Amino acid sequence: MKKIISIILAVMMLSAIALLGVSCGNSADTFEPVAKEDLKIGLITLHDKSSPYDKNFIESMSRALANLGLSESQLYLYTGVDESSNCYDKAKACVNQGCQIVFADSFGHEDFIIQAAQEFKNVHFAHATGTKAHTVQLNNYANAFAAIYEGRYLAGIAAGMKLNEMIDNGDITADEAVMGYVGAFTYAEVISGYTSFYLGAKSVCPSVTMKVKFTGEWYHFDKEYSAAKTLIDEGCVLISQHADSYGAPTACEEAGVPNVSYNGSTAEQGPNTYIVTSKIDWTPYFEYIINCAIEGKALDYDWTGTLATGSVKLEALSDVAADGTQAKIDEALAKFAAGTLHVFDTSTFTVGGKTLTSYEADVDYDDKYTADTEVIKDGYFHESEYRSAPYFDIRIDGITLLDEQY
Amino acid sequence: MTTEKTKNEPLFHVSKRDHMSHKNVLLVRLAGILVALVICGIMSVILIHENPFKIYATLVKGAFIDVWTLMKDTAVLLMFGLAVIPAFKMKFWNMGANGQVLVGCLVAIACMKFLTGVLPDAVIIILMIVTSILAGIIWAVIPAIFKAFFGTNETLFTLMMNYIAIGIVAYFSFAWDKSGSGNIGIVNLLTHKAWFPDIGNKYVLIIIVALLVDAFMFVYMRYTKHGFETALVGDSVNTAKYVGINVKKVIIRTLVLSGAICGIMGAIFAGSLEHTVNTQICGSKGFTAILVAWLANFDPLIMIATAFFVVFLNTGAANVSTVFQLKSTDYANIVIGIIFFCVIGSEFFIQYRIKPSQRMKDIMTKKNGASIKELFFTSKSRSAVKPLIVILAIGLELLIIAVIATIVIKTVV
Repeated sequence: MKKIISIILAVMMLSAIALLGVSCGNSADTFEPVAKEDLKIGLITLHDKSSPYDKNFIESMSRALANLGLSESQLYLYTGVDESSNCYDKAKACVNQGCQIVFADSFGHEDFIIQAAQEFKNVHFAHATGTKAHTVQLNNYANAFAAIYEGRYLAGIAAGMKLNEMIDNGDITADEAVMGYVGAFTYAEVISGYTSFYLGAKSVCPSVTMKVKFTGEWYHFDKEYSAAKTLIDEGCVLISQHADSYGAPTACEEAGVPNVSYNGSTAEQGPNTYIVTSKIDWTPYFEYIINCAIEGKALDYDWTGTLATGSVKLEALSDVAADGTQAKIDEALAKFAAGTLHVFDTSTFTVGGKTLTSYEADVDYDDKYTADTEVIKDGYFHESEYRSAPYFDIRIDGITLLDEQY
Repeated sequence: MTTEKTKNEPLFHVSKRDHMSHKNVLLVRLAGILVALVICGIMSVILIHENPFKIYATLVKGAFIDVWTLMKDTAVLLMFGLAVIPAFKMKFWNMGANGQVLVGCLVAIACMKFLTGVLPDAVIIILMIVTSILAGIIWAVIPAIFKAFFGTNETLFTLMMNYIAIGIVAYFSFAWDKSGSGNIGIVNLLTHKAWFPDIGNKYVLIIIVALLVDAFMFVYMRYTKHGFETALVGDSVNTAKYVGINVKKVIIRTLVLSGAICGIMGAIFAGSLEHTVNTQICGSKGFTAILVAWLANFDPLIMIATAFFVVFLNTGAANVSTVFQLKSTDYANIVIGIIFFCVIGSEFFIQYRIKPSQRMKDIMTKKNGASIKELFFTSKSRSAVKPLIVILAIGLELLIIAVIATIVIKTVV
């Protein structure tokens, strides 16, 4: 027992000695331009190609490299990197091998990438879905996301048109137009996603309502499958999801219920039920950061891809989609381009029976998650404008949450 | 020896070895690694059409991309190993290192998260270390008490304690994170408050601590009365009782030690390496540590080498995937799997002596009416398993593994 105590004491003494220790870091704060063929880029992904989420990043990167005439050998891809200091270690390995840019794809990687960015000041670090870049204000750390709520809205139009077709056919009454949504967590990114989907459907089918069930996992086939089945049993006649596995599309195909997908076509899993999918294409962002590194420019610390940049995409409609859907979508696309259509237009939804005129969202990162920014101006909620990652977390009328998962 | 007698003899005699010299043990292990490298080489040529020597060069180079990271990972794995060996020496199969480290890390993070600004940093750091060690001890002692007083199965008990720890950490990940994403994130990311200070760089602390604990464990197990009692309980509980050792006390005392080492590891995760807690930080280190401990025959000094070997393979194989553009983690896992399979398999040759019998010699020299057919076909009187059939079966099994691996890699890459 004495020895255990002596070890504890030794550790404490070491800590005390180390209080006097020094830390070192790179002092350079600027970026040198790089020749195209000398550029090296590190990509850190949570899983590998077997997960649709990570597959999207890996394939987007390959396309960006090909489009810019870079070779695949200039890419340092680390797959299966969990959300621990392992992420920092891999970022460091990329830097040690001469990478000028390091990109990580998972929300939980953010803090470890910031840590690396603090240390290696002349390397660009970029991160998808993160929220802290505009607060930590490092010259070499950037967040990126896409205005996917616009894509969701378009997918919602396709869903609403399908509901209209069912009503017109007499399959359901207008009141029975209930959609189901399988979400991962009760988190702004998911809430923003299902609300924009719902508003898209409502823009063409005013009587629609929606039920949401959460799984508490980003990727879990069984939970997503059974959540979709529960929703179908609850009377939902169309299902969409924000979760990464093929669980919900498979349940829909078995039950013959139409499905609107996310981040990748599920036509294979649901040949008779798949309508359309919205997705984020990361190619434009990867091209952007590669070009910045070549020119030696700092990255925009908070980059939001849009329909215009080609980051937000709606794939081709399947045969399951109702007639006239494409025309409605084109109409909305034209309005988006003209700037006359806003997804979270406060005149299209109510909260507790009232129209919203003011809302403070938690945009700036702090430990207490305080709401800090007024986001309703000019009659609409300004999503992804003050920060690329979504912050719309309002529960609007017409959407019922069957449960919540934090 | 009559022909009749030798005819019914098994082809090989397998007997337990008394002792094998250190040099020979090392040679057998190296032979195991060599066999593994040959199999991996053949597989690499078939699967990714690359020169195996180029792949091994990439593996070695990859492991040394960052020497500090390599040493840090070795030190972490060594700590997990040191936490399990005293219990293992006692034949108490502690599978719970992961859980013990996790609860330690959790309480240390709690101190850091809620006391920053309330107390001076130095006080928080001391509190983190003390509470983490206590938590680790509690988590290890619960199964020890049940084992000592009720004879419960410690393997299942410690495993279940792991899942409880994971559940608790998952709960607090959401309870403490108000954004709803279930991710505590790095605590004091920008201020670095209450982080353990860097000694030169952030990896030196864990390396020094691991070496100190290693030296302590070496002395404890080899030269102290406690260490001797632990080993004696492991050899025979009855003998231990007979010579007047309080077995219950020894079990609990040893697990207190295991838990304390895990607690130190948890505090270092919280204060020096991760600065956060989530269900992923331990990975499978608690289980890999068991392999590390076994390979070293529970010797703390040899464990430095085995821990390094495992970390070296992991780091290097990950780099092979990166350099050869394999867009999945499968290749690295298969290589590591084959190497472990062969190294652990070589243990058989260290534990047992295999001697061809007289009949086998006859078959080879075609004497006494022996024929080569006997290697494959059963004669009624010989009931022993045909060794060559077994060898063929193992070969077939390896082939099937290789084919499955090929299919997996082809579909994923």
